[in-house]
Amino acid sequence: MAIIEVRDLGKRYGPRVAVDSVSFEVAEGEIFGVLGPNGAGKTTTVECVSGLRTPDRGSVSVLGKRPADVRAAIGVQLQASELPERMRVSEALALFSSFYPSPADWSERLGLTGHLGTEFGRLSGGLKQRLSIALALIGSPRVAILDELTTGLDPQARRDTWSVIEEVRAAGVTILLVTHFMEEAERLCDRVAMFREGRIVALDTPSALVSRVDGATRVRFVPSAALDVSLLEALPEVTSVSSAGEQLVVSGSENLLHAVTSLLARRQVVARQLRVDQVSLDDAYVELTGGRDVEDR
Amino acid sequence: MLKIVEIEARLFVRDRLNSLFAVLFPSLLLLVLGAIPALRTPDANFGGMRFIDSYVSALVVFTLAFIGLQRVPTVVASYREKGVLRRLSTTPMHPARLLVGQMVVNFAAAILSVLLLILVGYVVFGVDLPHHPLGLACAVVLGGAGTFALGLVIAALAPNARAAGGWATVVFMLLMFFGGVYLPRFMLPSAVQVIGSYSPPGVEALQQAWLGSAPDWRHLAIMGLVGLVAGTVAARTFRWE
Repeated sequence: MAIIEVRDLGKRYGPRVAVDSVSFEVAEGEIFGVLGPNGAGKTTTVECVSGLRTPDRGSVSVLGKRPADVRAAIGVQLQASELPERMRVSEALALFSSFYPSPADWSERLGLTGHLGTEFGRLSGGLKQRLSIALALIGSPRVAILDELTTGLDPQARRDTWSVIEEVRAAGVTILLVTHFMEEAERLCDRVAMFREGRIVALDTPSALVSRVDGATRVRFVPSAALDVSLLEALPEVTSVSSAGEQLVVSGSENLLHAVTSLLARRQVVARQLRVDQVSLDDAYVELTGGRDVEDR
Repeated sequence: MLKIVEIEARLFVRDRLNSLFAVLFPSLLLLVLGAIPALRTPDANFGGMRFIDSYVSALVVFTLAFIGLQRVPTVVASYREKGVLRRLSTTPMHPARLLVGQMVVNFAAAILSVLLLILVGYVVFGVDLPHHPLGLACAVVLGGAGTFALGLVIAALAPNARAAGGWATVVFMLLMFFGGVYLPRFMLPSAVQVIGSYSPPGVEALQQAWLGSAPDWRHLAIMGLVGLVAGTVAARTFRWE
């Protein structure tokens, strides 16, 4: 059963269309990723799902109701929302606990116990982020909406946070995750919606999105002697060849490596610095959204 | 709601400079002025009273204007600017309650400050206890409501916390001037005195309730009206993010 249902969602700010006919469903217990470049409508979409904004068009329902009517069941972590400078971590936790009937304490799991007496204004960026996650989970929500979950965290803290998210999901919580870290989406998300210019351009599992990309395998090498590129292009396994300096980059299907090395052997060319890459969600992202994400605020 | 008030109260106390200033400054200033012999001698210039007697209402004006215009608008505008109110919008609790908590705590501080002033004045200088306690209570509550509501209008209309602080300071200075804080009211032209009677927090009603017979109900009504109108404007124009 779908726990989040978004149908034909539209939202504009003045003349600018932020979101244009976006539809998706999230099943109970799923981790659903929302990806896309800056200004693609990701944040507006999740703000509509969290009940912060009213859509101009279409409908959003969470647990079968309007989001504003089920606030207690939705935990939200917003980008760039702060607390009063001098509020201590323990006070923030106590304050937010008082809003919910059955509060849950994630502070220990998120490594906040050593900082309970610290004022918000004195916390590092990473600790602010962890506090923000703890506050999103404090109401024992059935749906957690996490916008830029691990932005500002160092790589270790990021991995720790991912395992927290996996625990949260194991507890049966449905998660809507906005991110621009592909590694994060590949590791955590069951399904991913890629946004571009206010629309969803692709919606699938991370591995299915990767397999959509042409030239899913890539071989890079520096040929030991001059090699006619057209010979490579003529191979049925090859979809494209490009050169970067003296390095050649050949993309193609799964059997690419064998086809290329056979050709090189026949021509008695040695492949130096040979590397084989599998396309990642990163590449799928670039291909589907038509541009690399700039650091999203 | 109790939790909100508790935490707002802690934040208020933690902000030592502002909280001590708001609560203690009027009493301290009374002590300093009262240390000057000429100011605690009855004089025809002061309507046969001592200067310090004629000045107690101005000290109440200071308290209400300081809290209502130096604290309220900046705190509220910074809550909005930092996204605190937006964050609360996603919880089952409406962010308006945070503002209510703010008001409760600031009002309590103002009342504490006035009680301390009454006590210091009475014990140290023999300033009369309020002649009309109920009138004084009304004058403080209505004058405070008017002033705080002006502070909220500024918080609602200012684009950010810095602007709110700037605008509020201008209004603060004006109200202090009309309220006879900078220059005692007997030194001000009569037109300015009249404006002072009707501008929040209503120095005339405060003075009359404390050391006269009773506050003029028209003055109190004006304060209530200012509070009501400004409060409505603030509520109508307030942006949560």
